[in-house]
Amino acid sequence: MSAIEIHNLSKSFGKVKALDSVSLSVERGELFGLIGPDGAGKSTLFRLLTTLLNPDDGSASVDGYDIVKDYLSIRSRVGYMPGRFSLYPDLSVEENLNFFAALFGVTVEESYDLIAPIYSQIEPFRTRRAGKLSGGMKQKLALSCALIHRPSVLFLDEPTTGVDAVSRSEFWDMLAGLKERGITILVSTPYMDEASRCDRIALCNEGHILGIDTPQNIVEKFDSPLYAVRADNMFTLLESSREVQGVVECYPFGEVHHLVASNDFDVKHYKEALNHIENLTITPTQPTIEDMFIKLMKR
Amino acid sequence: MSDIVISVRELTKCFGDFAAVDHISFDVRRGEIFGFLGANGAGKTTAMRMLCGLSYPTSGSGTVAGFDITKEGEQIKRHIGYMSQRFSLYNDLTVWENINLFAGIYGLSKADTESRATELLERLNFTSERNTLVGSLPLGWKQKLSFAIATIHRPEVVFLDEPTGGVDPITRRQFWEMIYEAADGGTTIFVTTHYMDEAEYCSRVSIMVDGKVCALDTPARLKQQFAAESMDEVFRTLARGAQRGE
Repeated sequence: MSAIEIHNLSKSFGKVKALDSVSLSVERGELFGLIGPDGAGKSTLFRLLTTLLNPDDGSASVDGYDIVKDYLSIRSRVGYMPGRFSLYPDLSVEENLNFFAALFGVTVEESYDLIAPIYSQIEPFRTRRAGKLSGGMKQKLALSCALIHRPSVLFLDEPTTGVDAVSRSEFWDMLAGLKERGITILVSTPYMDEASRCDRIALCNEGHILGIDTPQNIVEKFDSPLYAVRADNMFTLLESSREVQGVVECYPFGEVHHLVASNDFDVKHYKEALNHIENLTITPTQPTIEDMFIKLMKR
Repeated sequence: MSDIVISVRELTKCFGDFAAVDHISFDVRRGEIFGFLGANGAGKTTAMRMLCGLSYPTSGSGTVAGFDITKEGEQIKRHIGYMSQRFSLYNDLTVWENINLFAGIYGLSKADTESRATELLERLNFTSERNTLVGSLPLGWKQKLSFAIATIHRPEVVFLDEPTGGVDPITRRQFWEMIYEAADGGTTIFVTTHYMDEAEYCSRVSIMVDGKVCALDTPARLKQQFAAESMDEVFRTLARGAQRGE
């Protein structure tokens, strides 16, 4: 039995279809990523799976329990860290942790071994009010509270949004540690470069899933020739490249532009067509998750 | 008009005995896309607030769009543009109402508002959306409109605070093309981001660590200096050296 099973789940808010017949399953012990921008339906999916909302249509189970019928059983088995900081700002670090432990009928001592790698980093500030913590420390406290009852499934809604690149990477290291302890983790992020830290990912956009697979297999499905191009004037290069025959798309990609070509694209012809552009270089390159996301969005 | 749009020297802001911004100095030239990076807690927001005239420095000096940041905060606020992902437009107002509101805040006359609004709507191909509620526009359109409104008073410099957070990859790129275009037209862009690929799009990038600017150059030269493949690597190298927490 999978840790999470979702069949044709739909949820609308007024005229907005937040989730449109979504299906996926997450295996036990898997670190599964929902990758997509705002409005993809990620938070709605979390709120359905944590039984805070009921679906309009479809069904889902978490840890074998139905999200509608067995909602009480689910609540004691899952940990949930919502996108917005949702601890008590007027309680201290320690008081928040004790409070959540009491709610779930456990003690901090019982779960200390599980939360230690994370909680020990903020323990020196245990008497500080949660509202006075920095962003990164709040995040660690929220994760500690979400783990206090030793959940079998952990739901993390955009834990790294607005966090700098180094802290984000440290957070993913913590998740890798929790996965080692056998916890199933469903985590969402708008940062495409974090996809590689997951066992499998679902690319989500506007209530739909565009694709589900391992990060490696997702990029292998990119079936067009892809080039990295650069020149002195990158803006001119972008506009001119789009005019050349065989160029399906050209878009900025860090220090280069990525050029998606059709099968009749000819590098020699491209260089000739753009011979007025100074210091033009074009080299074949490997697609990334973001290239695939763009391709699937356009489809 | 001077070619230096932002100039700060030894700019410092202390809260008690904590130096959030610690003697930073740099210049930003007209038409540059200046990337302002730093780890969480490095002092970016505090520095931005001083540059936007929202708070005064403890010590140091500087000018933004020709005004003194130590005493002309009100003038600065009128002469810059500002856009962030968190606060942009009012969803419950129409396109036209939003334009009118912000034009009024920036002190444009009724006649100027009317002519610039018409010009703006034509340029964005939005004329038919004049009376549409902003909340019902697609995200990409909202962002374009938001940027156009942030520059409706034709500021010399526009501050973009994480303008693309949570935005899909296609819209994010459309937004950057708009920035390129504005910079090409002479508008100076001062931008913060957590997307390291976007740091590569900047003319020059500064990286703050522990309240200080510890690197400032073109992305190409920074990568050379730190023997790094990407700006992501440069950022990691510098941010890992940070002593103070967030």
